[in-house]
Amino acid sequence: MDNMAKHYTLESGTLTYQMPKEVDHHVAKEMCQELDRLIEAYGIVELVLDFSKTEFMDSSGIGVVIGRSKTMRFRSGTIMVTGVGKRVDTILRSAGLYQLLQTK
Amino acid sequence: MENKTNKMHLTFDAKSVNEAFARMTVMAFMTDMNPTLDELEDVKTAVSEAVTNAIIHGYEDENEQVELSCRREGEKLIVIVEDKGVGIPDVEEARQPFYTTKPEQERSGMGFAFMEAFMDEIQVVSKVGEGTRVTMTKYIARDCDQ
Repeated sequence: MDNMAKHYTLESGTLTYQMPKEVDHHVAKEMCQELDRLIEAYGIVELVLDFSKTEFMDSSGIGVVIGRSKTMRFRSGTIMVTGVGKRVDTILRSAGLYQLLQTK
Repeated sequence: MENKTNKMHLTFDAKSVNEAFARMTVMAFMTDMNPTLDELEDVKTAVSEAVTNAIIHGYEDENEQVELSCRREGEKLIVIVEDKGVGIPDVEEARQPFYTTKPEQERSGMGFAFMEAFMDEIQVVSKVGEGTRVTMTKYIARDCDQ
């Protein structure tokens, strides 16, 4: 993943994660592993997925969001999306994901 | 009005790094058809779904190959993604939204649903042990005079 050092911020239980420019199957696995590791290691109760740099997303991204929303529900935490552009909005909406998510 | 035609054919390794390559290639192919940004994005998503399916479901071995063809017939774009992999036992079942055989890989099961949503027509032909061919059609820039 590009820009490894700067793509997330941690602040008192909140993880804000910068989603990559293109979210597909190729990047999804590594991203899920990293998210799960961070959520576990820092006791995250609020996950914010920042899509402001994302130009492309396919159904692999849906899998990432559904998986993380399960993780956060299990931890009695919340998951939010922010910086959602037109295309990512179309994808999230097509899969009916807004019922799982809060928007910021 | 004479219909513009064009075609291309590509074979690449069943590696996930080629998912981006495949959708960029189709995008480049269809540029000549003057698509709208939405049409480009729709086709990119559908191609990514079909190629991802071929790579993760078609094969267990990334040294196998995926075939991608594009054909233009006037305003009609036909994209074919084909693998010679395991095949799909029940295509109707596989096309149901949220159906997945790989939940442990966090596949959403939305691949075929997205292909259907973003293309005008989709046809899936599959045979167990022989492979799968997905043919997707989209009509581009119908309102243009080109």
